[in-house]
Amino acid sequence: MAPKKLGLKQRYAHMTRGLDWETSYQPMDAVYPFDSFEGIKIKDWSAWEDPFRLTMDAYWKFQGEKERKLYAVLDAFAQNNGQTGISDARYANVLKLFLTGVSPLEYQAHRGFAFAGRHLRGVGPRVACQMQSLDELRHVQTQIHTISHYNKYFDGISEFRHMHDRVWYLSVPKSFFDDARSAGPFEYMIAIGFAFEYVLTNLLFVPFMSGAAYNGDMSTVTFGFSAQSDESRHMTLGIEVIKFLLEQHPDNLPIVQKWVDKWFWRGHRVLGLVAMMMDYMLPKPVMSWKEAWEIYFTEAGGSLFTDLARYGLKVPKYADVATAEAEHISHQNWAIFYQYTHAAGFHTWMPDKAHLDWLSEKYPNTFDKYYRPRWEMWAEMEKQGKRFYNNALPQLCQTCQIPMGYTEPGDPTTIAFRCSEVDGETYHFCSDGCKDIFDGEPEKYAQSWLPVHQIFQGNCGGATVPDVLNWYRMNVGADNMDYVGSPDEKLWNEWHAGKVRDAV
Amino acid sequence: MAQIASITLLHNDDARPIIEAILADNPGVRVLNMPGAVKLDRDDELVINRASVEERLGRSWEPQEIQLVLISMAGNLDEDDDHFTLSWKH
Ligand SMILES: [Fe+2]
Ligand SMILES: [Fe+2]
Ligand SMILES: [Zn+2]
Repeated sequence: MAPKKLGLKQRYAHMTRGLDWETSYQPMDAVYPFDSFEGIKIKDWSAWEDPFRLTMDAYWKFQGEKERKLYAVLDAFAQNNGQTGISDARYANVLKLFLTGVSPLEYQAHRGFAFAGRHLRGVGPRVACQMQSLDELRHVQTQIHTISHYNKYFDGISEFRHMHDRVWYLSVPKSFFDDARSAGPFEYMIAIGFAFEYVLTNLLFVPFMSGAAYNGDMSTVTFGFSAQSDESRHMTLGIEVIKFLLEQHPDNLPIVQKWVDKWFWRGHRVLGLVAMMMDYMLPKPVMSWKEAWEIYFTEAGGSLFTDLARYGLKVPKYADVATAEAEHISHQNWAIFYQYTHAAGFHTWMPDKAHLDWLSEKYPNTFDKYYRPRWEMWAEMEKQGKRFYNNALPQLCQTCQIPMGYTEPGDPTTIAFRCSEVDGETYHFCSDGCKDIFDGEPEKYAQSWLPVHQIFQGNCGGATVPDVLNWYRMNVGADNMDYVGSPDEKLWNEWHAGKVRDAV
Repeated sequence: MAQIASITLLHNDDARPIIEAILADNPGVRVLNMPGAVKLDRDDELVINRASVEERLGRSWEPQEIQLVLISMAGNLDEDDDHFTLSWKH
């Protein structure tokens, strides 16, 4: 009789356990020097569970299949000139922001999980981190491949890597990951694995990618959902890591709670960029940021934190503030980029009447009262040839690095300012959340590379705006400024005129 | 408030038998259609049974194959040879 095939659980146990060993030439603590200084106590690494029970052989099989499907779509999109079928050329601007702001984070995640996998001494999390590290490398590669097709036609894409390390608003996502990667391996796992992947990544990849599909971008929705299939595994790793730490020792709870509070707020601030992409930059919007927040934070996060309450873990601090901000954040961010369009690597515009009406409908409590009148005034100023630019360099929040343009909780007409003093220096913050994070580790955040400070210190190519844009490698007049009047618009109108001509 | 177990799948031919199996096996499941994707929500627990998927698909199917059409999920996962379950029950 043929031997009986092993079940999934047994297969997983055989292929992941018993593969490691106690070191003898060097003490284990010298081989794993980073897994104790954060104060996390682990009694039993073998209690780690990977519910996906994915072994390396199955991993290669599924990933290979996903890649084949994705590249078939990318080829078809390129062969059929899919770029001409998107809803409007304005759409391409979300890809510029995505490639310059998000894709390099995939690479950072790749490196971060490689590091965490190396430095956690349990074999279960090591295997899971190794797979995630490879996934993240796949994500950055597929995103670059996909968007490289758009780079043949649209501006603002070609210098994405150079820009990521220099351009003022890109320091927001960059510093988020730098912060996580310069923490210890457990904090990294809570920051990226739990807070980002589990609690917040849905907001980036699900409604936004669905929006890509709705705007005719078959290639982006395909890489987005292909990456997201890996994200489900990453989310599972994130929830596993938090349960594992909380089950291992009661002393871990206050440390983990502090990280959850910190990384929820950091993530919320970074995702403000996505809020703006969803509400303003998709020519055919699918779901408002506020609706997405309700589904993916209020509802999904509510279920999650109800579950974790059995360990004593609480809903992240300032979750209520973040929820209230969902009514404002996309509008306030779009206002910032509109004012600084001369220094941004993508185009801006004032929404047309239909889009304004959509926003009024989606934001009945705030849009007509606080934002629509401003947009209508700016549109009117454009008509009169007095398009509004803000020529001063903004003060930045020391923690999130976003210009200090956000308003007080409960008072959308007053800008929020917070500050802390350390060693005779004053540091400024956009919110209580950012101030708390700084106050928890002032020696870390006092060193932040703040773009505006760096410009004033003469480290960004020169003293004038053109000098700085040159240092960014921004192709002035093509990459920046309004969509109306841009080379992108001209090209799109030519394609469109061609289509009408061909149809007649 | 009930805790919501949830799965989001691609809206394509490969996922259709799985979506149908979920609708058949999970009374009270709620469906949110989005361009390119479908989100299925149910209070407390959502189950995908291997046998139900195979019945619709007409071939053998391993729950791990769900990775090819999976977009997102919520709930504690329990996966084995004959089921893929998301649950908030303990
Ligand atoms: Fe990723
Ligand atoms: Fe990920
Ligand atoms: Zn801030």
